[in-house]
Amino acid sequence: MTQLIKGNTGDWEIVIGLEVHAQISTHSKLFSGASITFGQEPNMNVSFIDAGMPGMLPVINEKAIEQAVRTGLAIGAQINLKSVFDRKNYFYADLPQGYQISQFLDPIVGKGEIILDMPEGQKKVGVTRIHMEQDAGKSLHEYNPKYSYIDLNRAGVALMEIVSEPDMRSADEAAAYIKKLRSILRYIGSCDGDMDKGNLRADANVSVRKPGGPLGTRCEIKNVNSVRFLHKAIEFEAMRQVEIIESGGTIDQETRLFDSTKGETRTMRSKEDAHDYRYFPDPDLLPLEITQEYVDAIRASLPELPDEKKQRYIDTFGLSPYDAGVIVAEQEYASYYEALVKVAEPKLAANWMTSELFGRLNKLGVELQDSPIGASAFAELLALITNNTISGKIAKDVLDKMFATGKSASVIVEEEGLQQVTDTGAIEKVIDEVIAANPDKVAEYKGGKDKLFAFFVGQVMKASGGKANPAAVNDLLKQKLS
Amino acid sequence: MSLDAKAVTKIARLARIAVSDADKEHYAREISGILNWVEQLAEVNTDGVPQMTSVANMSLPLRADVVTDGNQQEAVVANAPSSDYGCFVVPKVME
Amino acid sequence: MTLRDLTLAEMRDGLKAKKFSATELAKEHLDEIEKTNAHYNAFITITREHALAQAAQSDAKLAKGAGGAIEGVPIGVKDLFCTKGVLTTAASHILDGFKPQYESTITTKLWNEGGVMLGKVNLDEFAMGSGNLTSFYGHVKSPWEKDGKALVPGGSSGGSASAVAARLAPVALGTDTGGSIRQPAAFCGITGIKPTYGRCSRFGIVAFASSLDQAGPIARNVRDCAIMLNVMCGYDPKDSTSANLAVPDFEKALTGNIKGKKIGIPKEYRPDGIDPEINAMWDKGIELLKSLGAEVVDISLPHTSYALATYYVIAPAECSSNLARYDGVRYGLRVTPEGGGLTDMYEATRAAGFGAEVKRRIMIGTYVLSAGYYDAYYKKAQRVRWLIAEDFRQAFEKVDAILTPTAPSAPFGFDYKPSNPVEMYLNDVFTVPTSLAGLPGISIPGGLNKDGLPLGLQLIGKAFDEETVLGVAYALEQAIGFTAKPQKLAGAAA
Repeated sequence: MTQLIKGNTGDWEIVIGLEVHAQISTHSKLFSGASITFGQEPNMNVSFIDAGMPGMLPVINEKAIEQAVRTGLAIGAQINLKSVFDRKNYFYADLPQGYQISQFLDPIVGKGEIILDMPEGQKKVGVTRIHMEQDAGKSLHEYNPKYSYIDLNRAGVALMEIVSEPDMRSADEAAAYIKKLRSILRYIGSCDGDMDKGNLRADANVSVRKPGGPLGTRCEIKNVNSVRFLHKAIEFEAMRQVEIIESGGTIDQETRLFDSTKGETRTMRSKEDAHDYRYFPDPDLLPLEITQEYVDAIRASLPELPDEKKQRYIDTFGLSPYDAGVIVAEQEYASYYEALVKVAEPKLAANWMTSELFGRLNKLGVELQDSPIGASAFAELLALITNNTISGKIAKDVLDKMFATGKSASVIVEEEGLQQVTDTGAIEKVIDEVIAANPDKVAEYKGGKDKLFAFFVGQVMKASGGKANPAAVNDLLKQKLS
Repeated sequence: MSLDAKAVTKIARLARIAVSDADKEHYAREISGILNWVEQLAEVNTDGVPQMTSVANMSLPLRADVVTDGNQQEAVVANAPSSDYGCFVVPKVME
Repeated sequence: MTLRDLTLAEMRDGLKAKKFSATELAKEHLDEIEKTNAHYNAFITITREHALAQAAQSDAKLAKGAGGAIEGVPIGVKDLFCTKGVLTTAASHILDGFKPQYESTITTKLWNEGGVMLGKVNLDEFAMGSGNLTSFYGHVKSPWEKDGKALVPGGSSGGSASAVAARLAPVALGTDTGGSIRQPAAFCGITGIKPTYGRCSRFGIVAFASSLDQAGPIARNVRDCAIMLNVMCGYDPKDSTSANLAVPDFEKALTGNIKGKKIGIPKEYRPDGIDPEINAMWDKGIELLKSLGAEVVDISLPHTSYALATYYVIAPAECSSNLARYDGVRYGLRVTPEGGGLTDMYEATRAAGFGAEVKRRIMIGTYVLSAGYYDAYYKKAQRVRWLIAEDFRQAFEKVDAILTPTAPSAPFGFDYKPSNPVEMYLNDVFTVPTSLAGLPGISIPGGLNKDGLPLGLQLIGKAFDEETVLGVAYALEQAIGFTAKPQKLAGAAA
């Protein structure tokens, strides 16, 4: 939904496009055989090719191509069977060759789309293109006031640049886009999507306009490394632009950085006149030509994607779109859930997984992959609820005990005698005792004080140590008090 | 195409080569001479002619995704004019 | 007669037959180099200890009757090939002190087959030039002289050609981007071949213009070139432009029989004002081919006159990008102005490190790729290039090889001062089209002019058909019977 900004002169619409740089999951770099493992000593993951030594030449990593095609297919995009590598020429200390090998006019992937599930409904965001390019090295500025230290470990790592159409109209949509894109990339295994490790970076192009009016001048906010900061940056930038325009100024097209401590965007160090990158096809590389058969084979190997999976959960298991959405967001969640529904009731499983399990894992700061309670153990607990061995309320306590002791649900229920009492005779006995012990309240209830029903339920549950089957208690109490 | 000192300044900046003001006129003349000479290419009718993107008529060779390189920090910085802690050391970009 | 007067083939065979040792051979060459380098300046680095160590290893192998294709043969290496642990300069100040931690594919092959490295030979800076006049390490002199004065050896492989012609090495590695093997071979009265683009790996060769650069041998005759090519050629997975094709035994192509071969004579290589002596030498070559049973066919390569302009857009464009890495950060010269930042360092380093011709070409290249000019210059040139290649493709439907002069003039002296850069570029007029089309081309001595200076004949072949090029060149070479020696060596015993 378009979130309009209320300015002094009326409403303003925010127009957002996102350029995402995703590090491709491979073992070696795009054009060299050096490793891309994170956290190495400086210049350990560096081939002479990456260091731009004289006479060195690029040779392309076949897996990187596969991953780019896989990503394109996962967003329903057109795959270009012929694509060209171009040199983007500029000088910086972290760019050893003095050019970046990228794709300019003929990228490997063309138009696609990503569907966002917003509270108000689905929103389609177009993707203009995806191309492959080399990452640059790192400049470390903090070791010395006069000098920068250059580490080329990251130089030459394979990246996909995923460019969206300027279809987003709010910071919420932008955040949702990143989350959805990340989810898709992790599903197909083409990128780890760790924004904090820097292997997913987003640049936002933000402009404002009066609804229905022409597009405004945009500013680019670079290298935002968390979804939260992206959201803040977009909101700040949109307000900044509205304020400038409304006070009679114009927006300078520029590149800005987000200052996370201040929550503001600011102009980047001015990079002289506009860059002239002098793109031309890299003469060390021939055009890349892939066959339709190659593309089809990759398509056939795609896993079930989040959107398809979500629809299947809604259709087959009757889950709500919201619950289904939460579960398919990560492939690990979906796998866990699919293991649960082999034995547990689907809606119960969805409900318990998303609220009870996730709630406790969040408190512990633990990811589902590291959950001390695996799918089969959790399924066991759910089965105990489904077959009425324990009530839902008791089950929550059992779950806590499972976390605390590592014991299985059945063992805990057995050891502590938590089995639900469903024997109606036994329940009736307890009800009779409670009624006998509270004659004045019975009278009041029969006299019209309906709220007292809860009092009786509570007394019965207390007397049965919480083990009476709530449904049975309800039915029998109603009978006996009528 | 005639170049003036201003154009030479721009090209020299793009190419990161310092050119003294005295030399700019000289380069402008020399480069203009060469550009005027190559201008003859405009005479050739190239409608419908493809660009020769590669002489070798083959497909782009692929490399298996295996780590075969790296692990040679010393060799990488061996020729560096200035290095420290395994990094290349350069003057900071001036603002 | 010294060992140095032997051809490569004779050295190879003589070593095998144990007529002399690799160590003797290396020592003789090294001594002569030391004696004469002040004059010729063909060598930037003489690797005496390294050579003797390699020669000793060769002798050990030869003693057992083992050894590679060129076991014990001494070689000069153009200082554009990266040689591990050995200073590699590209004849430029900007690579001061650079000792590669890796070896080029081609030199690796040579050492694996028993070659002995005498040293790194001089060249035009970054291979840009036609006279070895732009080297940071000074001019190279050819052993050919006019009126007692030394002449230029041609370029950019001037050091390679001079060394071979002066009998300082039986063979030297060169590279050819627009004629840099063929033209110096012609100027020095020797033989040099640029194979088809993709035949030799470019891995580890300092890049000038990536779509044009090719390595090749410069030697005294066609057989020696063929022997070297056998070792140098071959698919290299480290070079994405390397041709994945089998390498035939090029020496086997030297049968001497060219009966029925069709040789094309392109009319565009005979413009008005062509030097009459070169014209005459070319005609003589044509007659000899006929007498050998070849059929001579007139052909047309209509876009020839645009080849130089095409080359001087594409080569500078590629070089402006290839030379961006010489920035003082990771190797070579670094100049940091007092109080200067990164950009100042780049600008000062590159201004001080590059010579005038290199700077000129970088700037032209930067310009033709820049916004607003890319279509008119670079893209246009790539289209004209396609037409030039198409000219050859069509001609080769009618002929097996093409015969032309190699250079438009005899070698010139150091007093030759072109009035503008373009004049110098015109030296490449006959060699550049072959480079643009990626075809194999060889230059052999065609005769002497009236000043006793060598003139070269060029044979051009179909892509990957070095066999025909070498075969026709060999037959022609035998028929021409060129035995003239450079003036500087004329005093030595025949």
